[in-house]
Amino acid sequence: MRIILMILLCSSILSYTQDCTSTLSGSVLDLHDGKPLPEALLLVAGTNITAETDSIGKYFIKGLCNRSYTIQVAHPNCLSRVFSVKIDGNTTRNFRLEHHLEEFNEITIKGKAFKDKSQTLNNEKISREEIERFSSGSIADALNEISGVSSLNTGNTILKPIINGLHSSRVVLVNNGVRMQDQEWGPEHAPNIDINVADNITLIKGAAALQYGGDAIGGVIIAESANAPVKDTLFGKTIVTGLSNGRGGSITTKLTKSSVSGLSYTLQGTLKRFGDFESPDYVLSNTGLFERTASIKVALNKFKYTLEGYYSYFKNEIGILRASHLGGAGDQFDAINRTRPLFVEPFTYDIDAPKQDATHHLAKLKATKSFDKLGKLTLQYDFQLNNRLEFDIRRGDDRDKASVDLELITHSLTLDLDTELSEKIGFKAGILGRFQDNTADPRTGVRRLIPDYKRYDLGAYGIMDYDVNDHLTVELGGRFDYSDLDVFKFYRTSLWESRGYNVQFPDIVVEELDTQVLTNPKLNYSNASATAGVKYDLSDEFQLLFNYSLASRAPNPSELFSDGLHHAASRIEIGDLRFTSEVANKFAMTISRQGPKFNFSISPFINMINDFILIEPTELEQTIRGNFTLWEYRQTDARLLGFDVDASYNFTENLRLEHQFSFVKGRDRTLETPLINMPPVETKNELVYKNEKLKNLHLSLQSHYVFRQNEFPDNNFDVFIPELDMERELDISSTPDAYHLLNFNSSADFKFGKTSELTVGLGINNVLNTTYRNYLNRLFRYAHDLGRNFLLTLKIKY
Amino acid sequence: MKNYKLLSLIFLAFVVFTACSDDDTPDPVNEEEVITTLTVTLDPVGGGTSIELKSQDLDGDGPNDPVVTVSGPLANGVTYNGSIKLLNETESPAEDITLEVEAEDDEHQFFYTIGGGLDVTTTYTNFDGNSNPLGTEFDLTAGAASSGTLTFTLRHEPTKPNTGLGDAGGETDIAVTFDVTVQ
Repeated sequence: MRIILMILLCSSILSYTQDCTSTLSGSVLDLHDGKPLPEALLLVAGTNITAETDSIGKYFIKGLCNRSYTIQVAHPNCLSRVFSVKIDGNTTRNFRLEHHLEEFNEITIKGKAFKDKSQTLNNEKISREEIERFSSGSIADALNEISGVSSLNTGNTILKPIINGLHSSRVVLVNNGVRMQDQEWGPEHAPNIDINVADNITLIKGAAALQYGGDAIGGVIIAESANAPVKDTLFGKTIVTGLSNGRGGSITTKLTKSSVSGLSYTLQGTLKRFGDFESPDYVLSNTGLFERTASIKVALNKFKYTLEGYYSYFKNEIGILRASHLGGAGDQFDAINRTRPLFVEPFTYDIDAPKQDATHHLAKLKATKSFDKLGKLTLQYDFQLNNRLEFDIRRGDDRDKASVDLELITHSLTLDLDTELSEKIGFKAGILGRFQDNTADPRTGVRRLIPDYKRYDLGAYGIMDYDVNDHLTVELGGRFDYSDLDVFKFYRTSLWESRGYNVQFPDIVVEELDTQVLTNPKLNYSNASATAGVKYDLSDEFQLLFNYSLASRAPNPSELFSDGLHHAASRIEIGDLRFTSEVANKFAMTISRQGPKFNFSISPFINMINDFILIEPTELEQTIRGNFTLWEYRQTDARLLGFDVDASYNFTENLRLEHQFSFVKGRDRTLETPLINMPPVETKNELVYKNEKLKNLHLSLQSHYVFRQNEFPDNNFDVFIPELDMERELDISSTPDAYHLLNFNSSADFKFGKTSELTVGLGINNVLNTTYRNYLNRLFRYAHDLGRNFLLTLKIKY
Repeated sequence: MKNYKLLSLIFLAFVVFTACSDDDTPDPVNEEEVITTLTVTLDPVGGGTSIELKSQDLDGDGPNDPVVTVSGPLANGVTYNGSIKLLNETESPAEDITLEVEAEDDEHQFFYTIGGGLDVTTTYTNFDGNSNPLGTEFDLTAGAASSGTLTFTLRHEPTKPNTGLGDAGGETDIAVTFDVTVQ
């Protein structure tokens, strides 16, 4: 490399006397997010010509000859790079520099890695400031702030993100470059990630991030921690949050030590503890939480190669609202028709059954190396172990035994190549191999919720982006995935026969027992996915994005194999062995304006999903314990249609109004009925005052209005209630009323010492202590949602 | 060079992890808590033929409905000593769940609900340590000739004492309705 540079240097001196009138112009951009870099210095090797980029990252060099030059580009926060440029008349060329993320407070980190994500689909980012505000909550709490994103809740501590109406297996969560395999299939399984591990979170409303999988029909959430700077330093932060509701809080600390040699260590840990939360009028008994997490990252960051080792541990114990743990339809009828749950006890920190206890280990080894002609190669191995325990209210010797004990082990190996085919065409490709082993412990004394299985995945993808000109970028990608499932499943003989499996699949029977049949289904799925999009800058202010994505998702084990009573939900759930892959075609568009005073973006979308898998109540099943609602998974063709609006208006430099509006309609195209559990229309309006000169004072008042969901399928049944001696309607379909919440938030920074800073924040959620029920809380029929909550946050940076 | 060694080690680890898969089939789960069978035996005070009310659901939460049988009508004016037996017949020999319920008597209670014009009355005859009703034993007195329903409900962790199903809460472990006639 050095020799080439020397030759170039010499040749440029020799030809200096030519008549040279050509110009070179363009921008210097951040390699990660394409943001312009002002004050970057360009040095034309072999000449004394230099240039600096202006405030919007543009530069202009004149007096060049029509030949090749070597140009060194430097920026205070980036590694300098040397580019070779062929000048032919007036030439345009953009340079990309790898931004070295500074850990101090000067930069908001936006680690939107170019090409990892999508340029043609609206990406939403959550800044570190926002993440820190939600330090004591969950990742879904923070994501809820984004238009078009809501959460499917089980109580108030189990939250799953919903993106444009879709959730669970349709939303892929990537934690520090590792796709989480934490049994995300169940609606009451929250992601096993501590929000404090992330320095920034990016959300993509669609399947365009093909690098992480082709099955993200809903979207992709990417949580990343920042890279340590390449300099000798030691820094950290500690955040302590106290909440009045739940009478608990969290403490999180992160410490980074780095050196100019490129070696760095980051340690992080969080402790969260809450007792019972409270609705405005009563205690929500047994809703406490105890979460412990820790992570360590060791990285060696050299110019030509990097090595990284990462390990994180997550453990969380969550109480499930006691009043939601019910017997059959009779109990359910009774619980639904109460205005206040029957089971309300005094506040306690104890977490009793029913409860969940999840542990997640994640380990990653990653190596990257840049090759001169080839580009950057990344090899990554990751290991995940997820252990999920669920405790029900049990009798006798089984009292303290878990009812569900699942252990899911995942090994993944990926190899990615990131390169440039030409100055304007970037290309990324990769392959993936994954092995997964699920074991259900039979000692629970409860039939397995998810059977034992081994899963093998192979995937390959390629993504290309082409900067046609300064205004137009085109993006194309494709991916292929093959999955093979080898399952051992015990079916009840009665179910095996009633569903006709005995006729259809007699050859998968391994052994017939008294009341059960052991079977060995071997399933495989081949899925193709693709994305195509354009980004077009209409003017300096207006931008247009258009994206089409094809996503295919293999059915998950829960959809295929569920069979039995789900105590926590008081329902019997039945999967179907015959399911095929879901295939979604999504068209999304965003038109946005970035102005000095008024900004907005409007993102309409339509998602046509064939063989969409959903679960719905179908009938009442009689058991000796009374009647239970039977929820069956079925496949249908679905259509999701909606739009998200974001707008803001700056009244003055310090005062602005922010507006959000999210609208989605889900339709079963086969039955011509609405889809179940679709997020209601909602709007958020927030008045924000921010003054950097006045201790960075930040005050905001948010109004959050959620409309009533008027479209829902009617799945009610008539149930015989012995006490009333008559049949009554069991209302498990209707939706709660609209509600309006006011939330207040404030913070101020106080500097002390050389680099230290204390941030004090005070927030009030549900200021008016409004009593409400949330349709997307699976327990809303049994209890009201949370009442007023005071949050006090202290953050120290050092 | 060191890096390549590390990489090859990672590869090796992957291969080893994936290669050691055991081919043993999993063990079946013995369902320990399932109640498959409820038998109510009504012995007439002063002798005579016992009457048996039985509900049997051998596939538990599976698709088959319970089989509900009543051996015969009640005789008017007769008082019966009732006793309830619960079995888990998925195990062999069948497990007597009544013993577990009686051992945890403070956390259980049977309720008897009369409906549809049936003229009978019931009274609890066994109690927990706090003298609150348990109800695996009871007396039933048949009144005038009539027919209707008799429902047996077992609640786990009810509020005790209570005034009936309305304020008992807890979870229903058993809810069986029998069509009964008094002649």
